[in-house]
Amino acid sequence: MKLRNALFAASALVSVTATAALADGHATTLTIATVNNGDMIRMQGLTDDFTEKTGHTVEWVTLEENVLRQRVTTDITTNGGAFDIMTIGMYETPIWGANDWLVPLDDLSDDYNVDDILPAMRAGLSHEGTLYAAPFYGESSMIMYRTDLMEAAGMEMPDAPTWQFIREAAAAMTDRDNEINGICLRGKAGWGEGGAFITVTANSFGARWFDEDWNAQFDQPQWAEALNFYVGMMEESGPPGYATNGFNENLSLFQQGKCGMWIDATVAASFVTNPDDSTVADSVGFALAPNSEGIEKKSNWLWAWALAIPAGTQKADAAKEFIEWATSTDYIELVAENEGWANVPPGARISLYENANYKDIPFAQKTLDSILAADPTDPTVDPVPYVGIQFVAIPEFAGIATEVSQEFSAAYAGQQTVEEALEKAQAITNEAMEAAGYR
Amino acid sequence: MARAVTTQRKALNTAIAWAIGLLIFFPILWTILTSFKTEAQAIADPPVFLFFDWTLENYAVVQERSNYMRFLWNSVFIAGGSTILGIIIAVPAAWSMAFVPSKRTKDILLWMLSTKMLPAVGVLYPIYLIFIKLGILDSRLGLTVVLMLINLPIIVWMLYTYFKEIPGEILEAARMDGASLRNEILYVLTPMAIPGIASTLLLNFILAWNEAFWTLNLTAAQAAPLTAFIASYSSPEGLFFAKLSAASTMAIAPILILGWFSQKQLVRGLTFGAVK
Repeated sequence: MKLRNALFAASALVSVTATAALADGHATTLTIATVNNGDMIRMQGLTDDFTEKTGHTVEWVTLEENVLRQRVTTDITTNGGAFDIMTIGMYETPIWGANDWLVPLDDLSDDYNVDDILPAMRAGLSHEGTLYAAPFYGESSMIMYRTDLMEAAGMEMPDAPTWQFIREAAAAMTDRDNEINGICLRGKAGWGEGGAFITVTANSFGARWFDEDWNAQFDQPQWAEALNFYVGMMEESGPPGYATNGFNENLSLFQQGKCGMWIDATVAASFVTNPDDSTVADSVGFALAPNSEGIEKKSNWLWAWALAIPAGTQKADAAKEFIEWATSTDYIELVAENEGWANVPPGARISLYENANYKDIPFAQKTLDSILAADPTDPTVDPVPYVGIQFVAIPEFAGIATEVSQEFSAAYAGQQTVEEALEKAQAITNEAMEAAGYR
Repeated sequence: MARAVTTQRKALNTAIAWAIGLLIFFPILWTILTSFKTEAQAIADPPVFLFFDWTLENYAVVQERSNYMRFLWNSVFIAGGSTILGIIIAVPAAWSMAFVPSKRTKDILLWMLSTKMLPAVGVLYPIYLIFIKLGILDSRLGLTVVLMLINLPIIVWMLYTYFKEIPGEILEAARMDGASLRNEILYVLTPMAIPGIASTLLLNFILAWNEAFWTLNLTAAQAAPLTAFIASYSSPEGLFFAKLSAASTMAIAPILILGWFSQKQLVRGLTFGAVK
């Protein structure tokens, strides 16, 4: 009798467990590596919506951008499988896609409407026409300026100014006695910091990193012109110690009313117009990033934080479901419903900029115009063998550009001349490219 | 007269010691103060020191966003486990080096220390691959072993230095009284070296607690300790210094409290034998 009861209890337990498993279906837990920015934090808060719809749960691993880059690179190159989804940028995506380290996103559902992704973003996140990462948020760079100071200087900002106008306006707005600097720009060493900024500036002066045979081009007059212009303008109108200023330092200066103009990521627009944090929120205007007179290319970059699936994951189907959810138009509406239209992730989908609610946001149109003005497949005046505007999409670039930007920062700090910095940059780059077998 | 000069000198020394102490502590104090400010106050220029509207909002946000207790438990497990494991291995090693040295003992000691001179990133890939093969990536056990191995040279060196201060004759006497090797180490050597062992424990616990290379690179969601918790609030694009400071304060609070209560033992152990 006891045995029969025990068998009955055991079979009941087995059937309950089986039923629970069936009800659960294919439910799984996804581990997602991501960066700490406002958009990603908001997504973490809304993940319950995804779990409700699919049954999958999510574990977030949030890291600082540079730490994340190192962490996910280690994992993907060793096929570690620690993450099911990785947040990566435009620099990594084509390189990793070419190495078959990412799962191609070529079978997303019809409802997802992949054609709604901004063409520039799609191009930057693809390799040979195959999409390897879905953009969650995109940005370019543009001018943010103080309308009150510009007016006081007796000048008017054009929609698309030249560098020469910017220099003149910066000098006119500078008021050293009141700690107002006409212009604040990145000078900090690092390929993603000052390195990115000086690269796009050089593009707009007609310079390029490499010729078609991968020879470094720092010995060309365009680079000297761009760098001398930048140093001259910053010495006239920039903040003291600009050689160590990056995004956050300039954001802080601008929010405290100490910059007349700031050229940086379009995402900064929401920060400088937020009255909770910015003392100048009600007097900020926007314009397209400048170009040098006679040069068509503007000094704006293109970047996207995108979600990609590493080839080592065992949960590719669930990961695709998450990516479709997180980068969909429905998600944008979910954010708008919970946090307002000013907080939806910008720069990824065409339909967002056709939305009447979003058009009311003061910086929306300029953000779109800036993104549309950037083409990662045609970044410079002269032809180049690479893709990327503020970077060169080859694995060696991060190391080379970090070293080169250190030399440039030393020139900004007055530790060496611009000519010396360019000479060293030329040698560093050619040596590294030779070692890597490009030359 | 001579006494007056001595008093003045003492006062001066005290003042200098306090000034240096405050200077060293200031970054921690500033972090704690910033954690009670708004983001706007955190970047205010000129900076606000004490007179601002104190807020607990950053702590509330951090609590809501992160599972602090999981990070804390991982830190306690990994730092505690690696330290205890390290001591268990290092005590016999240091005993043999201190009391039965061979011709190569000094070379071995130096070689052990030289492993600390290699940049950690140089062995990241081999260790990462080993972790994948063994299936211990993102596990507390794997991280405990790695941190133990990393700190082992320091533990052995510290214990060796303390053991060298203990007269070998005492151990010899114990042996003559019939003590086995195990009993000699457990009941004779260890009690005499308690201050040294305690300070070694504390120092290595602090080192393991603060270790931020391996703990970030070998973990994901499950085994991440408080160093990963801090890293999740750092951002190069956006000013979140107040929240980062709140996260940092929460991460260092346990170790600060531990250090505060055990400072006597720590100082005693670190200066053990220094006056000889």
